[in-house]
Amino acid sequence: MASMTRRRSAELPDHPDFLWATDITPKKAYDVIIIGAGGHGLATAYYLAKNHGITNVAILEKGWLAGGNMGRNTTIIRSNYLWDESAGIYDHSLKLWENLEEEVGYEMFFSQRGVMTLAHSVSDVRSKQRNYYANYVNDVDSVWLTPEEIKEIAPIVNISEDIRYPVMGATYQARGGIAKHDWVAWGFAKAAADMGVDIIQGCEVTGFNIVDGKIQGVKTNRGDIAAGKVGMVAAGHTSVLADMAGFDVPLQSRPLQALVSELLEQVLDTVIMSGAVHVYVSQAHKGELVMGAGTDSYNSYAQRGGFHVVEHQLAAACELFPIFERAHMLRTWGGIVDISPDASPIIGLTPVENLFINSGWGTGGFKATPGSGWVMAATIANGEPDKLAKPYALDRFVSGHLIDEHGAAGVAH
Amino acid sequence: MLNIPCPYCGPRDETEFHYGAQAHVAYPESPKDLTDEQWAKFVFIKSNPKGWLAERWVHNSGCRRWFNVWRNTATHEFGPSYKPFTQQPKSPA
Repeated sequence: MASMTRRRSAELPDHPDFLWATDITPKKAYDVIIIGAGGHGLATAYYLAKNHGITNVAILEKGWLAGGNMGRNTTIIRSNYLWDESAGIYDHSLKLWENLEEEVGYEMFFSQRGVMTLAHSVSDVRSKQRNYYANYVNDVDSVWLTPEEIKEIAPIVNISEDIRYPVMGATYQARGGIAKHDWVAWGFAKAAADMGVDIIQGCEVTGFNIVDGKIQGVKTNRGDIAAGKVGMVAAGHTSVLADMAGFDVPLQSRPLQALVSELLEQVLDTVIMSGAVHVYVSQAHKGELVMGAGTDSYNSYAQRGGFHVVEHQLAAACELFPIFERAHMLRTWGGIVDISPDASPIIGLTPVENLFINSGWGTGGFKATPGSGWVMAATIANGEPDKLAKPYALDRFVSGHLIDEHGAAGVAH
Repeated sequence: MLNIPCPYCGPRDETEFHYGAQAHVAYPESPKDLTDEQWAKFVFIKSNPKGWLAERWVHNSGCRRWFNVWRNTATHEFGPSYKPFTQQPKSPA
């Protein structure tokens, strides 16, 4: 088995209580307010300060820092999407990841251990190879693996031909991998706070102050706060905010569940995804297997889903990885993801002047955390869509210029 | 797992059903007169409230019929279910 590069925790970061002020009283006014202290909101504030010198910024969070999907995802990072627009934004994000720990000055356990996407049928092979060629054209690293090559990288995969979904090949992005999601949030939070950003937890936006179609500020449970510009970065709750602001978004909020096993010896040192059998899995640094699958089928804001969805993904995992049958599941949880019609994000301007949107990342936002923050910060700072964000405007649902990543995304995104 | 009240068969497990999202989305009466914005609204914009939603399900492993039901998206509580083309019960809210 390939040797595992494990960075040891000699320099563990401080306890998060000491990283930023937690008892901030909101000011009367800010240049920019970001709604949502998840990964994308924190990254947006960080790049507003760092790239654009805008530091009179507040992040308003109704719960606690990174307590939504940023604390619930399966931490997969990759950029091997199908379309040019996706290659643009996701690979930009991956390039940012590659220098992020050094730049932010914070350990994030970013580990480029590769991401493998399995194919299980002739049509699956064709669509994955199409994807692989598209990546090649877009200068996104990708290779095609035969079952034997898959077995070399990940010996625990069952490549025998007599299983329900035989493994017929895979795309492999060696630059892909995982990071430790909570430390990513803390790193961005600390760096943003150090540059003057106020991170205000327990502050829920309850409405917008809009005069003549232009944003003036937000109403919150801690009083009104004025703002020159406001960015909505609220994932599953975007529809609720857009409703308050008086416009429609083509989003549906759905539960997405994940689970971890007990801590195990290292058996898997890459990330393996399978759309056809509905599971994706990696092994975290501590040793737990981290798995996820598709969303539950219905709209929900309840941060939980049905156990039959978990059961289905466990059945798939045991079929592909027979040794998992003996592992115990430790816990499951759910987050609420905002699904867009084309499985691509919605970033840019809204019908309300100086109110900006960053949403629709659906089941796959974690990998885009730095890239999303980068383009959102530029969009807010300049008042017009960033070059990489432009294809993701809200008006693509009117023009019909969709960026359909359903096929490329498969189950795991 | 949800326990979904099919108006034909009574309450059954969620795994017997498929979801159909917002109910009562009528096909445009005069499609050729629609602007691009109106088409976008019809095709892509579906109600996504936090709270009570009248939605469609199909009992595909049971009676195989479509129906509507009120369900609270914040709590997963069900309100009344009802057959298509019948009077919509009031929101339980």
